[in-house]
Amino acid sequence: MIELDDLDVRLGARPVLQKLRVKLTGRSIGLLGPNGAGKSTLINTLLGFHTPSSGTARVFGLDLLTHARQIRSQIGYMPENDSFIAGMSGVRLVRLMAELTGLPAEQALERTHEAFFYVGMGEARYRDVGTYSLGMKQMTKLAQAVVHGPKLLFLDEPTNGLDPPARARMLQLIQEIRDRGDMHLLLSSHLLRDVEMCCDQVLILKNGRIAAFCDLEEERRQNRRFLELETRGGGAPFVDAIERLGCEAAWSGNGRVKLVLPDGVEVRNIYELASKQQVQIRRMSHKRDSLEDIFLRAMEEKAPVATTGVAPPPAAR
Amino acid sequence: MAVYKRTYHGYDGPLTAEWRRFLVLPRYAFEDMRKNKRFFNFLIFSFAWPLLCLAFVYLNHSASLLRMLRVSTPEILRVDTQFFLIFLGVQSMLGVFVAAFGGASLVAPDIANNAIPLYLSRPFSRAEYVLGKGSMLMILLSLMTWVPGLLLFCLEGNFSGWSWMWDNRSIAIGVFFGSWVWILMLTCQALAYSAWVRMKHLGSAMMFIVYFGSAAFGNAIDAILNTRWGALIDISSIMGCIWISLFGEDIRRVRGTPFFNVHGSGLPLWMSWAMVLLICSFCLYMLNKKIQAVEVVK
Repeated sequence: MIELDDLDVRLGARPVLQKLRVKLTGRSIGLLGPNGAGKSTLINTLLGFHTPSSGTARVFGLDLLTHARQIRSQIGYMPENDSFIAGMSGVRLVRLMAELTGLPAEQALERTHEAFFYVGMGEARYRDVGTYSLGMKQMTKLAQAVVHGPKLLFLDEPTNGLDPPARARMLQLIQEIRDRGDMHLLLSSHLLRDVEMCCDQVLILKNGRIAAFCDLEEERRQNRRFLELETRGGGAPFVDAIERLGCEAAWSGNGRVKLVLPDGVEVRNIYELASKQQVQIRRMSHKRDSLEDIFLRAMEEKAPVATTGVAPPPAAR
Repeated sequence: MAVYKRTYHGYDGPLTAEWRRFLVLPRYAFEDMRKNKRFFNFLIFSFAWPLLCLAFVYLNHSASLLRMLRVSTPEILRVDTQFFLIFLGVQSMLGVFVAAFGGASLVAPDIANNAIPLYLSRPFSRAEYVLGKGSMLMILLSLMTWVPGLLLFCLEGNFSGWSWMWDNRSIAIGVFFGSWVWILMLTCQALAYSAWVRMKHLGSAMMFIVYFGSAAFGNAIDAILNTRWGALIDISSIMGCIWISLFGEDIRRVRGTPFFNVHGSGLPLWMSWAMVLLICSFCLYMLNKKIQAVEVVK
């Protein structure tokens, strides 16, 4: 869906994005990084707001340098900051945006109301946008981003400044959009939980470089095969027995065993083994690395050298 | 099915032609303009002068009315170059007010409220944005200047015959091209000042400061330094000079028109054109700098 090919972006003399090289194929992609990592710059570059100083990017196979207009016709963009047209009602604003994307006036009005119903805005849509609360402004920005039925939706910090109920509602909407399956998502945020809830791939940026790229779906799948046991009576013989089942296992002292279940071995087999060896399993946990662990590790590690470029495989542990 | 009963779905309906999407902006701008009663009333008022001129032309050819008013035609009512220059001068001055009040509110609120990324994240370029915003002013100013000017010309031609039209074709050329030079300059300036100051009231004020201030400053330079170069910064003098040439008149015979008088013996014509080009280029440069989806702060 999005392919970055040694993408460099400079703002003035300052390099903001450096040698980004990655293929993003997921349905919903999270863009993570601390403030100033280059998340918004990457989105702005994909929208054609910044010209790459070298390298290029392709969206749906279209080159950014030569087909920016066609790319933008397939994108919906929800900006981070307050963006509205003074003196316009929500309906007029979203309708205007739909018409500028090419929808005829009548269809634009119809779609505007559909988009507002979708984001859950009622009669307030007829009020001047300048009078909206922050949550309503965010919903209006989302409505204008989806009104023309884009194939790819850029959400730049969509939960910024929202109170807990409004944030929950926004995240629920984003999940709904993801689950509908007819729109790809690129969600930029510095809130790990938001990304974890809504995305299946995560690109972590640090100082304008790719610090990590992980497939959360793969992570989740692997997490289901990962077990951490707290045992009583277990020891080296128990670990040996587990390994004989075909599992990778490690004894970490204090009765703790970490193991990875291969295909064909189920949790039930571990219980049976423990029963045979008269080992008590006191606790069993599936959790391996959370996104927070991956993120923190990426922040601690030195960013990959520019020339290697290619995004690392799903988060190495 | 009622809209509220539908769920959200992708759009696969027809799309409008890309080349005419910029026209969406003037349509919305006209809707907004209608809500501004004061501006709308002023716009209506600006058509009073063309109607008066229309009445003059009609009166000029109505023998019975002239007899009734006991007016001797040749001395008082002559529909010639001077008549059209006066018409254009008055309408163009009203155009300054329309551009100041109508133009300043076109771009400033968008920039002040960070709306530019919303426009430019669509298949819509900065050039289309400027063209769309500017076309509202261009349409209004056209309706005030060359459209009624050419209607007057045609009416006079209808009364005086084809030979009058042919002999005075320079008037039609002057009205049309003279108006367009003025319209383009006003539009560029209104948008540029509006984008530059980001506040619509300040944008309006800038228009007046530039027009009246430049005239006053130019005249002061001429008077104090006893030179004619002050005309170079007086937009009204520059415009007067260009109009006279477009109307095919001699600057020694026609000194300009109300509000657009030429200083002294005027400047070489090419200098007036060069100034117009310079002003428009500077305005376009400012628009290019200010109308950006993302502002990069150094």
